[in-house]
Amino acid sequence: MKEQSYLVSIEVNGERREAQVTARLTLVDFLRDTLRLTGTHAGCEHGICGACSVLLDGEPVRSCLMYAVQADGRSLTTIEGLARPDGTPDALQDAFCEAHALQCGYCTPGMIVAAHALLEANPAPGEDEIREAIGGNLCRCTGYQQIVDAIKLAAEKRSGGVA
Amino acid sequence: MKAAPFEYARPATLAEACSLLAAHGPDAKLIAGGQSLVPMMAMRLARPAWLIDISRLAELQRIGAPADLSADRDGVFVVGAGVRQCVMERDPHARASVPLLARALRWVGHVQTRNRGTIGGSIVHGDASAEIALVACVLDAVLELRDTSALTQVAAREFFLAPMITSIAPEQCLAEIRFPVWRGLGKDVMRGCAFEEVSVRHGDFALVSACAQVELDADGRCLRLELGIGGAAPVPLALPQIGAQLAGTRLNEQAITAAAAAAADLVDPDGDLHASADYRRHLARVLAERVLRAAKENAIHDARAEAAG
Repeated sequence: MKEQSYLVSIEVNGERREAQVTARLTLVDFLRDTLRLTGTHAGCEHGICGACSVLLDGEPVRSCLMYAVQADGRSLTTIEGLARPDGTPDALQDAFCEAHALQCGYCTPGMIVAAHALLEANPAPGEDEIREAIGGNLCRCTGYQQIVDAIKLAAEKRSGGVA
Repeated sequence: MKAAPFEYARPATLAEACSLLAAHGPDAKLIAGGQSLVPMMAMRLARPAWLIDISRLAELQRIGAPADLSADRDGVFVVGAGVRQCVMERDPHARASVPLLARALRWVGHVQTRNRGTIGGSIVHGDASAEIALVACVLDAVLELRDTSALTQVAAREFFLAPMITSIAPEQCLAEIRFPVWRGLGKDVMRGCAFEEVSVRHGDFALVSACAQVELDADGRCLRLELGIGGAAPVPLALPQIGAQLAGTRLNEQAITAAAAAAADLVDPDGDLHASADYRRHLARVLAERVLRAAKENAIHDARAEAAG
């Protein structure tokens, strides 16, 4: 069977990207293989682990549970779009380093995307809200506590306060 | 973990979507949020030849006019099938009119899946342990199905036939869910609800879930009650006979314990990798007890809060 291809136009990290894709190309594969934006990680590929989380029109979603054709005309932010404009880590990414919130780093882009969405909506979240926000992201190294600590630290840094 | 090849269409209207369904029949699947369908396609448990994307249809995005909460009659809160779970979670009218649904949504998946997943999508998926489907059954919601020529209404309690099997025909699209709003017994009635579940990890499908909604008179006597159990039968189970058993009682511990034991006798769980049938039956009893107690406390607490102004 010759697979039909579809033209998609998606704004990714502020830049309009167009490509011909097959309907079954998932958004995570589009980002990684077509656009070579490999910061978004493909983990379980069926919506359990959260490693592939990206922001779709500002809201965190799993990019393995969407086909690229469904994102046509929409706006995406990936982990590459969260750093400062000069490419250095932002306050949240710095906090992950400072609080030792990563070991192997596989879950980290998804954790940071989920935490970023939380802090944008709720600049001073409680611990329960932090745990709820990263509840859909699996980490097999850290035991989560340092990740929670990092997000608390980032909230303090972003509000200009010093703990 | 790659889906089999398929073709994709994004119709501009519900009528066009129904025409595409009629043309492709069982080879086509509707996709809205895709949070259940995409994993099934990744595992090739589903291999539709056509995906018809209804996620952008404005016709499926309706969130009902707020029910008149001062009226002394039951109302209806209409929810478009394509309304995303995160939108329902935040909608103040939905929370006031169908509080049980708001409580259930906290247990549905995770932030990332609720941002895509829809109210209607969860219902037509037909999982016996799905929270939204259970609420639709417990509240006796009505589902409105459309095809190219007709609009059919079916009670949620009759919609689910077996695990992942519903009465929807291949050419039909779920358009709206009509949730009853309890008001009919008057303004002085105390109303409460509760939802509880046990799952392997938070956000997973429930091993067993339970929910209840109750109305009490000013003396604390039960006027009306609905109880349901999810994940402990081939379909989400509403148990109106338990409501009938508890009507007129004061929902004291003895009545609650007896009702929960009766509910556990009515479920028909299967054992699997995650939990044995006996454990699921045990959970059904324990969770039924908890939601009956919590719904009663919620009713009394809310009434006190209201009286305190």
